[in-house]
Amino acid sequence: MRRLWRDRRGACSVAVLAIVSGAAGAGPLVSTGRPAAQHDIVATRFLRPLATDDSGSFHALGTDRFGRDVWTRLVYGARVSLAVGALAVLLSVLIGVLVGGAAGFWPGPVRTSLLALTDFVLALPRVVLLLLLAAMARPSATLVIVVLGLTGWMSVARLVHGEVRSLAARPFVEGAVALGVSRRRVLVRHILPNALTPVIVSAALGLGNAITLEAGLSFLGLGVQPPTPSWGNMIASGRDTLVNAPWVAAAPGVALVLVVVACTLLGDALQDALNPATRYLPHRLPP
Amino acid sequence: MLAHLGTRTLTGVVVVVGVVTLTFLLVRLAPGDPVERLLGPTATAAQLAAQRRAFGLDRPVAAQYAMWLGRFARGDWGRSIATGRPVRALLGDAVPATLALVGTSLVLSYLLGLVVGAWQSRAGPRVDATLSMITVTLFALPGFWLGLMLVMAFTYWAHWFPAFGAAGLDADGLTGWSRLADRLRHFALPLTTLTLIGVGGAARYVRGAMRDVLGQPFVRTAEAKGLSPFHVTRRHVARNALIPVVTMLGLSLPALFSGAVFVEAVFGWPGVGRRLVEAVQARDYPVVVAATAVTAVLVVAGNLLTDLGVAWIDPRIRRGKGAA
Repeated sequence: MRRLWRDRRGACSVAVLAIVSGAAGAGPLVSTGRPAAQHDIVATRFLRPLATDDSGSFHALGTDRFGRDVWTRLVYGARVSLAVGALAVLLSVLIGVLVGGAAGFWPGPVRTSLLALTDFVLALPRVVLLLLLAAMARPSATLVIVVLGLTGWMSVARLVHGEVRSLAARPFVEGAVALGVSRRRVLVRHILPNALTPVIVSAALGLGNAITLEAGLSFLGLGVQPPTPSWGNMIASGRDTLVNAPWVAAAPGVALVLVVVACTLLGDALQDALNPATRYLPHRLPP
Repeated sequence: MLAHLGTRTLTGVVVVVGVVTLTFLLVRLAPGDPVERLLGPTATAAQLAAQRRAFGLDRPVAAQYAMWLGRFARGDWGRSIATGRPVRALLGDAVPATLALVGTSLVLSYLLGLVVGAWQSRAGPRVDATLSMITVTLFALPGFWLGLMLVMAFTYWAHWFPAFGAAGLDADGLTGWSRLADRLRHFALPLTTLTLIGVGGAARYVRGAMRDVLGQPFVRTAEAKGLSPFHVTRRHVARNALIPVVTMLGLSLPALFSGAVFVEAVFGWPGVGRRLVEAVQARDYPVVVAATAVTAVLVVAGNLLTDLGVAWIDPRIRRGKGAA
C-alpha cells in the first residue's frame, strides 16, 4: 500500500476516484438534490455554465433543454454510473474467480472445457453480445449490471487459472494436502486468497471499461433509461443540442474520461506495486 | 506451420458456429414479437398467424435453427423483417464500409502507435510521462463521445467535415475527383475518432513491449559490439518487440469492432455495426443473427491474419520449432 502511495499515478488516481465517489455519495449536499427538477422550462433552459437564473439559483454547469441543472444531473449520474460499473465488475470478478479457480484446480475435462469456454467468449466482440443481451429484455440498470458481468469475466478467469496452477505446485499447498485438508478447503482457504492479487489490477482496469460500456449502452438507449440520469444517457440527450448547448454533452463525457483514466492509472500503479518482478527493476533504463 | 494454421482455422470455424448458434438461440428466446411490431397494433390474430407462418416462426426452435443453418450455409440469409430487403444485400453493402473504416483505422493506429511507443521507450522520463498521460487519456475516450465532440468542433464550428453518412445527398451527381473528395470528407471524422482511440492503445502496448526487449541481455550485447543505435533499435529491438505487438493487435480486434459499432452509430456510417444497432432496436431477427455472424467471421479472419503475421515475423514459429 505504501508503494502505491509513493507512486504519483496511484495517489492521483485514488484521489480522483475518491472525489468523484464522494461527490456522488454526498449528492444532496453538493447539488440541488433534485436531478429531474424542472421549473419554468422556457426561462431556464440552455442557461450557460456559471449562469444564475431568474429565481436566483446558480448553475455551475448550466442547464439542459428542460432547464434541469447539469451539475446536479452529473452528480446523480455519477451515482448510477459508478454503482453500475462497480457491481458489474464485482459480478464479473466473482464469475472469473469461480471459473478460473475451478479450471486451475481440477485438471482434465473440467479445465479443458472451462478454458475453451473462456477463449470462446473472449473471441466475441463484447459490444455485439451486449447489444444482443440488452435488446432481449426491457432496458434497466439491473440488466446492464448482469450483462456487463456476464461478458467481462474472461480476463479474470485466465489470470486466476494461471495463478492457481502455479500455486497448486507450491510446498505450502502440498503441506496442506499432506495434513489431510479437503481439496475444496485447500482451494478456498489456501490457494484462492493468494491468487487474488492480479485480480485487483484486473478489476481496476475492468471498472473503467464497465463504466464506459454502461455509458455506451445508455447512449444507444439500451441501458439506464431517462429521466434517471446516467452519464451515457446525458451524453445522448446532449447530442441533439450540440449546437446551442454543447456543455450538456461535454460535461458527462469529461467526467467519464477522468474516471476511466483514473481507473487505468490505478491499475498500472497497482500492477507495479504488487508485481515483485517489476518492483525491483530500475524505473529508468540505461540510455 | 501448416499444422499450426490448420488448428487455428478449425478453432475459428468452431467459434463462428458457436456464435451463430448462441445468437440464434438468444434472439429466439427473447421477449418481443417482430411480427406484432411489423403489422402494428391493429392486426388481427389471423393476420399475425399468417405472417408467422410466412416467416417460418410457427415451427419449433430446433426446426427453425436447422432450416436457417442450411439456408445460411448456402448463402440465403433471408429477408429483413423490418425493411423487407434481402439480408445478404443489406450486409453486403455494409461489410466493405466497416472494413474500410476498421482496416484503415487499424493500420493508421498501429503505425502512429509504433512511432509514439518507440519514441517513448527511448525518451527521458519527463517526455515518457507526458506521452503516457496523453496515450492513457486517448485510450480512455469513449468513441461515441469523442465522435460528438469532433462533430461539434469540425462540423458545427469550423464547417470542415460533414457529420453523417458516407456520401453527400448530391453524391450521385458528382464525378471523378469531386466524388472522391466527398467520400474522403465523410470518411474523415469517423476515421479520426477510431484512430485517436486506437493510437492510445497501440502506443501503450508498443512502449511496454519495447521496454521489455530493451532490458534483454542480447540488446546489451548488440550495443557492446558497437552497432549503431538505429541498427540496434531496428534489427534487434523492434523486430522482437513486434511479436507481442502483432499478437496484441489480433487480440484487440474484437474491441476494435466493438468500438466501431458506437462510432458507426454516431456518424451514421453505413457499416455492419450501425445495421446491428438498428436491427437490435427493431428486433429484426434475421439481420441481428447475420450481422453477429458476419462480425464473428471478420474477427476470426483478422485473428488468422495476425497469426500469419506473427509467423512471418518470428522465424521460430515459421520453421515449426516454436512453442507457440
